[in-house]
Amino acid sequence: MTGNDFPDIHETTLDTLKPGEKAKITKVRVKGSARRKLFDMGMVAGSEIELVRNAPLGDPMDYRIKGYHLSIRKEEARQIFIHKL
Amino acid sequence: MENREIKIALTGNPNVGKTTLFNALTGSKQHVGNWPGVTVEKKSGRVSYNGYDIEVIDLPGTYSLTAYSMDEIIARDFIIEEKPDIVIQVVDASNLERNLYLTTQLMELGSEILIVLNMCDIAEERGDRIYIDKMEELLATPVIKTVATRKKGICELLDKVIEEKEIEQYHGHEIGYGNEIEEKVLEIEKILSDDETRDKRYPLRWMSVRLLEGDTNVRRKIAGSPVYDRVTEILDSIDQDEYEAEIADKRYLAINTIFPQMCTRANDTLTKSDMIDRVLTNKYLGIPIFLALMWGAFELTFAFATPFMDMIDLSASWVSEYVSSSLEPSWLASLVGDGIIGGVGAVLVFVPNIFILFFLLSLLEGSGYLARAAFIMDKLMYKIGMHGKSFIPMLMGFGCNVPAIMAARSIEDEKDRLITILIVPFVSCGARLPIYVLFAGTFFGRQAGTVIFAMYILGIVIAVISAKLLRATVVKGKPAPFIMELPPYRVPTMKTSLIHMWDNGFMYIKKAGTIILVGVIVIWALASFPWGVTYGSENSYVGSLGHAVEPFMKPLGFDWKISVALIFGLVAKEVVVASMGVLYGAGDNSEALSERIMADPGITALNSLSLMAFSLLYMPCVATVGVIKKETGSWKWTLFAIIYGIAVAWITAFVIYQGGSLLGY
Ligand SMILES: Nc1nc2c(ncn2[C@@H]2O[C@H](COP(=O)(O)OP(=O)(O)OP(=O)(O)O)[C@@H](O)[C@H]2O)c(=O)[nH]1
Ligand SMILES: [Mg+2]
Repeated sequence: MTGNDFPDIHETTLDTLKPGEKAKITKVRVKGSARRKLFDMGMVAGSEIELVRNAPLGDPMDYRIKGYHLSIRKEEARQIFIHKL
Repeated sequence: MENREIKIALTGNPNVGKTTLFNALTGSKQHVGNWPGVTVEKKSGRVSYNGYDIEVIDLPGTYSLTAYSMDEIIARDFIIEEKPDIVIQVVDASNLERNLYLTTQLMELGSEILIVLNMCDIAEERGDRIYIDKMEELLATPVIKTVATRKKGICELLDKVIEEKEIEQYHGHEIGYGNEIEEKVLEIEKILSDDETRDKRYPLRWMSVRLLEGDTNVRRKIAGSPVYDRVTEILDSIDQDEYEAEIADKRYLAINTIFPQMCTRANDTLTKSDMIDRVLTNKYLGIPIFLALMWGAFELTFAFATPFMDMIDLSASWVSEYVSSSLEPSWLASLVGDGIIGGVGAVLVFVPNIFILFFLLSLLEGSGYLARAAFIMDKLMYKIGMHGKSFIPMLMGFGCNVPAIMAARSIEDEKDRLITILIVPFVSCGARLPIYVLFAGTFFGRQAGTVIFAMYILGIVIAVISAKLLRATVVKGKPAPFIMELPPYRVPTMKTSLIHMWDNGFMYIKKAGTIILVGVIVIWALASFPWGVTYGSENSYVGSLGHAVEPFMKPLGFDWKISVALIFGLVAKEVVVASMGVLYGAGDNSEALSERIMADPGITALNSLSLMAFSLLYMPCVATVGVIKKETGSWKWTLFAIIYGIAVAWITAFVIYQGGSLLGY
């Protein structure tokens, strides 16, 4: 956590999104090489994101971001913070 | 007059149509598919145009210049190190925003770039409007519209390439990263410039930004430099995660400010692709549909092929009859009849299967379902210690293991990739099909289909168990995160599918005419000598060879003839069938091979089952071993793959044969 973070009651994580719901990304807390990969794919703060559906077995998820479909697992989604729209 | 040379490289995000464009430009037939990561090595081709000799290089796709996977590293290193005259970024017009991210990075690199706006047909159909003039102005680079699949815009592109080469002026914008970061960038730039021995191909600003982003690849490149310690000092003083986020933010921010000016997007309506996905990746239907598709592909491979196979079979026995009655001297008749027609013919019978198999696989690739298969299976794959993306090479492995192992290059994590390489050989490729068809067909009659299907399943089960085993022992750790783009479904182009089918099918025929032919002649010779022995008898060389390994094979239910066939099958799995054709060639040629095998009391249904399992699993063919060495870069792992395969095959066949015998079969 950096200094300017204050608790935000509206902030949740990406894995709580339901199919059809949209949100704005506030912070990506994923670590390691996946972090930059996610950035490269457009998962940056401010991007709008929508959950399209879960995979048939529940995981991974199919999100729509920047007009295309991106699939990531819940595990990473849990570390991405959002504001529901 | 000498033609002038221009070297251009095609780069861009995965699946934007680079290879399609490359094929359109150069007339090549490189592999195209609708999933990210089709191209995994650089390919070069040429085109002569208006007095210019243009060398075109097709590169693997990459989302950014921070390379993660092997194919991305190839793409990035080429652009930076080989410095093509013009870097052409192929951009997906229907997915502009994310594609521009790479553009921002290419500009920083200072390459001469030209943007190709591909897939304009899709963008137009959706109702997006892209203002080319505005785009050229905002990005300060020329932009050419194309529809690569229909060869639209190719001449305009070539004209532009030549024009750009003539004026040779640098285009491009730089992105500002905000005061704090810019300060650091300057600081590092200054330190780096103190090192006179540095690699001048890399722009200083680019290097500094990369270092601040935590690019380990770039960091390694300066590891030997005298200024390395001073750079590290700065890098250690910052919160790299924050910088990383900030820099990516700024890039997208820059895109966000220019994007609305050059493109108005139609409202997000439900596309056809979305509707297809509602069914194919549906919670309840997704898995049943996947299984049904696999089963359907399997059935079709046989159903469609049968009439053609009968035709080939018929003409082969006709030719062989003709040869044995008309060729003189008799040894020549035997070589051609028993050896070549018996052996090579036995393999050629399966050409129709192979063609259909590759046709179906290319439909799978072209439609976009392959990426969904990875999406659907990721959870299961994760459970067995593998990455969802590994599923793509595995499916491709049903065609041929060699390209499948290459396809593993698009898997980012080295351990995930290694496991994939090691287990793909257990996926039953087309070359193993003849073995099943011959033996299951001979011994299992109406159940043949089920037995063959069981072999495919056995291969997968062994692959799964092996993955688990590897994860628990030598390749410890968890699969890396799954981050994959799901491309829209497309109607596979007939031409691409036919080319794919033909190229791979033809390779099978070529193999029959070369490596298998040689194998067959060698076996025939070994079966005919020493001089005077009865052809193919135990006293021939082949008999001695067979007897030498028999003790090892006996517990699996294999007699000396099968043992010989398996030894030669190490070269290519089809040779197992070819050798059987040669060794059982003696006698009345009018009988089909299966009848002759049936007549041999040494092979029963149980033997054949054990044989099929053994052939499926034992050492991958020579070509696969070669590619395992190339892709792992290690003899240790290559040797491991061989020994492990043989051990698994032996144990499995042992269990089948001994178990079956105990049960009284
Ligand atoms: N509608 C349409 N489809 C296209 C066009 N260009 C390519 N495609 C399709 O897009 C898919 C990807 O094409 P490829 O040429 O394999 O893409 P690539 O950029 O080489 O992909 P990678 O090698 O994976 O990086 C294929 O299904 C093509 O048929 C186009 O202009 N219009
Ligand atoms: Mg390609």
